[in-house]
Amino acid sequence: MGRVWKYGNDVNTDVIFPGKYTYKIMSDEEMASHALEDLDPNFAKEVKQGDVIVAGKNWGYGSSREQAVKCLKAAGIKAIIAESFARIYYRNCINLGLPAITLKREDIEKFDDGDEVDVDIEKGVIVNKSKGFEIHFPPFEGYVMDIIRAGGIIEYIRMQQGKE
Amino acid sequence: MGMTLTEKILARASEKKEVEPGEIVTVEPTWVMSHDNSAAILLKFKKTGMKKVWNPKKIVIILDHTVPAPTAEYANNHTSIREFVKEQGIENFWDINTGICHQVMAEKGYDLPSAVIVGADSHTTTPGAFGAFAAGIGRSEVAAIWATGKIWLRVPESYEIIVNGEMPKGVFAKDLALHIIGDVTASGAVYKAVEFKGETIRNMSIASRMVLTNMSAEMGAKNGIVEADKKTEEYLKNRARAPYKILHSDEDAEYEKKYEYDASDLVPKIAFPHTVDNVHDIDKAEGININQVFLGTCTNGRVEDLEVAARILKGKRINPDVRMLVFPASWEVWREADEKGILKTLAEAGAVIMNPGCGPCLGAHEGALADGEKCLSTANRNFKGRMGNPNAEIYLGSPATAAASALKGYISDPREVL
Repeated sequence: MGRVWKYGNDVNTDVIFPGKYTYKIMSDEEMASHALEDLDPNFAKEVKQGDVIVAGKNWGYGSSREQAVKCLKAAGIKAIIAESFARIYYRNCINLGLPAITLKREDIEKFDDGDEVDVDIEKGVIVNKSKGFEIHFPPFEGYVMDIIRAGGIIEYIRMQQGKE
Repeated sequence: MGMTLTEKILARASEKKEVEPGEIVTVEPTWVMSHDNSAAILLKFKKTGMKKVWNPKKIVIILDHTVPAPTAEYANNHTSIREFVKEQGIENFWDINTGICHQVMAEKGYDLPSAVIVGADSHTTTPGAFGAFAAGIGRSEVAAIWATGKIWLRVPESYEIIVNGEMPKGVFAKDLALHIIGDVTASGAVYKAVEFKGETIRNMSIASRMVLTNMSAEMGAKNGIVEADKKTEEYLKNRARAPYKILHSDEDAEYEKKYEYDASDLVPKIAFPHTVDNVHDIDKAEGININQVFLGTCTNGRVEDLEVAARILKGKRINPDVRMLVFPASWEVWREADEKGILKTLAEAGAVIMNPGCGPCLGAHEGALADGEKCLSTANRNFKGRMGNPNAEIYLGSPATAAASALKGYISDPREVL
């Protein structure tokens, strides 16, 4: 269970995680403290484990910087639900084990900021408890699901190494 | 059914007869590139438990983002990379005295027709100017390739962008790129291959083609691509690091969308804050006071860019209220611009000549803006906070527009001074 943080279209990586921090090697906690700094200064202060982001189209466009995914995951975000994702951002989500879920615009519009929701990644269901509805999405499959379950591609390779 | 150039390259790389959009292929990249972020990537690589990279000859590392190191922390990162490349036997390492990765990849002969190039930088679309398939990826994915030598790629649908007609005086590849992005929008080509065609593209220099493929990232494209031709081969003479093959799109290849432009209709363009697709004709921006002009970057830091600026500023002084920073894209560019007297002309006009590198483009190093300031930049991004200060504004334009604006102190039409 967590709350919805609702944002609009074309939210770029510079407002999710500013470039001035990109070439500093930071702890997860420090990255989380800068999440969405230039878009919503309240986010980093109030976000809780299990919260989700719901956004419009082209979420995460711009830089390939992975911290723009990592800072949200470290802040406790369980999934990002958007009408569409920028291509590198989407890959980074999978490779860092943060589920990126695409929904149609009419479904995105059903969510409001602050709604209480529960996301089941394995079953592919989002339950909006505040509004009392469920939305289904196709669960991840195969290699991609394996990476998400492992918590990221690095963890996945390490696990495979252990098996060999 | 015929295939597009991008489809042909991915089919060849995955050892398949044909591929179609939507299909997932696994390939071994020709090169995997990274820059200062290699310091973070090598930590991820170590976490995989692997001791040796899959093939040190395929890994290219170029230091460019924060060079020379501005702090001890950055210096330590650079040193950790230097140690790692020695330990792993990575020969394709270019230290802080080389240039911006996307320029160095071209100059040092890595950008080859039909190569598959991936890099931990969103503007890794640039090598497409040579007829390569080139796309940006994240750091973990680079670490995974260092470990396994493999990456999965979804074969993208292709858009064709056809440009014909002669570019008018004072209008450059940057103006064309901005015009196209304004039309297609920042999300208009997400996950697509964008292929540039037509006589205007054929007549363009390699440097100008690189502007188009570089900026393809700003419409969300997976890759931007131009078919290789005689000009490409000419450029690659004495540079190409490996044998290459020139491929062409089939006559009956299928494109999901087609955009057509007449270059002779174009005027200089400006992208207003804070998105690259917020594009207007120069007359709408004319007269906006600026505090800084930033000439350089992987988009517009090449000799032809510095040359046009020098042509405008020769024998003149920039406006005393403007700071003009010039960052040649590489030391090769620096040397050539020096030999041609371009750097001298710019310095005499009052510009500060900086060292090759990314400079203030991403706000990590040098040339920061004060609160409330406005900058006319030749870079590829104008996002809020991009140059390090969310209370500053960035306008994007061509090198000629940058020089004309530095001269006047406000955004100005270069056609009046060329």
